[in-house]
Amino acid sequence: MNDDAKKKADRAFGFETRMIHAGTQPEPITGARQTPIFQNTSYVFHDADHAASLFNLQTFGFIYSRLTNPTVAALEERLANLEGGRGSTCCASGHAAQILAFFALMEPGDRFIASTRLYGGSITQFGKTFKKFDWQADFVDVDDPDAVRRALTPKTKAIFVESLANPGGVVSDLEALAAVAHEAEIPLIVDNTMATPYLCRPFEWGADIVVHSTTKFLSGNGTSVGGAVIDSGRFDWAASGKFPGLAAPEPAYHGLNFHETFGDMAFTMQAHAVGLRDLGSTMAPMNAFQTLLGTETLSLRMERHCANAKRVAEYLEGHPRVDWVSCAALASSPYRALAQKYLPLGAGSVFTIGLKGGYAAGVKMVESCELLSHLANVGDVRSLILHPASTTHRQLSAEQQTAAGAGPEVVRLSIGLETVDDIIADLDQALAAAADAF
Amino acid sequence: MSSPLTYSNAELLAILRDTRTIAMVGASPKWNRPSYFAMKYLQEKGYRVIPVNPGVAGKAILGETAYASLAEIPGKFEMVDIFRNSEAAGPVTDEAIAVAEKKGIKVIWMQLGVINEEAAARARAAGLIVVMDRCPKIEFGRLHSELSWGGFNSGIISAKRRKVGPT
Repeated sequence: MNDDAKKKADRAFGFETRMIHAGTQPEPITGARQTPIFQNTSYVFHDADHAASLFNLQTFGFIYSRLTNPTVAALEERLANLEGGRGSTCCASGHAAQILAFFALMEPGDRFIASTRLYGGSITQFGKTFKKFDWQADFVDVDDPDAVRRALTPKTKAIFVESLANPGGVVSDLEALAAVAHEAEIPLIVDNTMATPYLCRPFEWGADIVVHSTTKFLSGNGTSVGGAVIDSGRFDWAASGKFPGLAAPEPAYHGLNFHETFGDMAFTMQAHAVGLRDLGSTMAPMNAFQTLLGTETLSLRMERHCANAKRVAEYLEGHPRVDWVSCAALASSPYRALAQKYLPLGAGSVFTIGLKGGYAAGVKMVESCELLSHLANVGDVRSLILHPASTTHRQLSAEQQTAAGAGPEVVRLSIGLETVDDIIADLDQALAAAADAF
Repeated sequence: MSSPLTYSNAELLAILRDTRTIAMVGASPKWNRPSYFAMKYLQEKGYRVIPVNPGVAGKAILGETAYASLAEIPGKFEMVDIFRNSEAAGPVTDEAIAVAEKKGIKVIWMQLGVINEEAAARARAAGLIVVMDRCPKIEFGRLHSELSWGGFNSGIISAKRRKVGPT
């Protein structure tokens, strides 16, 4: 090879190329073009020394599918690539991803700041279940960075927000929040599920860790529950002394220091070698395969999701039985400026409406839909509808429901890829059918 | 921690292909130190790695006798892998330049976090290839699919079959 060829810079491939190719170079033995499903628990060692090297993390390779699996790894690399991160750890669900992310950062007695507008399932997990680990979530209105700053304590180890909130049409000011986090020498963790890396890449705005429920738009097909934690590789886990799980001798690995040994790979190594090993919330290879298939069409789906959602939101905003529409794609949204900054290609397809008829009207409307599916998911190719106060957010107090944008009058929509006029026609007849409740 | 330095995949692959013997300055005899990890891994990939560490000179690390300096290594070696801090990398580079012709040194490789632009300039002026702020273990793994196995972003986009090294 001549010197000119050697020096030639590697091409910076576009998003669409990477969503199809990243992590899924053809398999070396057979040349299989689509990613094989390694439906397989364990991997033979060459000899005892090879096994020792693998268990000591001295070499790369597979031991057991609770830690790593080739099909899951393909999805992990694809998501890391699309987010612009260093590495990624896939796991059983979006909730598992949140536990895995905090497990690397938190010690018993530690705290973190979380947005009051998070998805209701996250609020319940953080506010109730995390207490059993002696992890304390401090819920703050993150629209006010000064309020976030005031809520910091010496024990605070992270700030957690959604780039685009589920279900409220709320956009977080990632750049400002990253600055607050970094002043305090702690990472900003962003749930990027609703936006996907096609619409928003939080690392470009200073976030340090991204989590996903891959169940939603990334897979898009409604087949596979899954989650992912993606690390930017940029946070210095050693500088503050606040993160012994990543930058102090790890007793579960004979005193190995992940930060010192793996540099910018420390977080992702820890998340597999300690997190998945001991929490056991592994993603199944089949789910990774189904999710990989989804990511191959991500940009095309997101474009149509956004276009359809904007049309539906504009229609509903003019409907006499609809009190308000909370959708960052609308000119009327208080989050419009933030959406234009962080989500220039579109503000997603999940949003809420407030019905003039309140709780009873919400229940009647969702029950009256014929084309929209009444179920508790978002980000499917099919249009979905839900009344949060009677379902996903029913564990929350009335005050928490309102803070999370899920009060009694609220209906959540996840607009799919059907013919948009058909979606509008179904919503129109459902609102008419619910007339008695208004 | 990402570095502004960029090296093309082809450039790094050529270095890793053309190197067979590596003098590792700062190699540790302790099994849980990063240099020990890198040495053991590179040995498994078929490289001979000769430890250079005055504190353990004459003793063996992973079956290889350690030497106090590059000049004391009896045979030839194509690469000097520097597991020292950025400041200490200067004198090590100068030592390598002084014996480069006699020992057949072609590449000065400074580990992750180790950057010494002045030393790099002197090495380049002496006709040596310089890589800084990278780990040969990580780069070998990245370019031979092994980083991908761990969920890392290798940055490699290709419709050719994956390259794999000896596993």
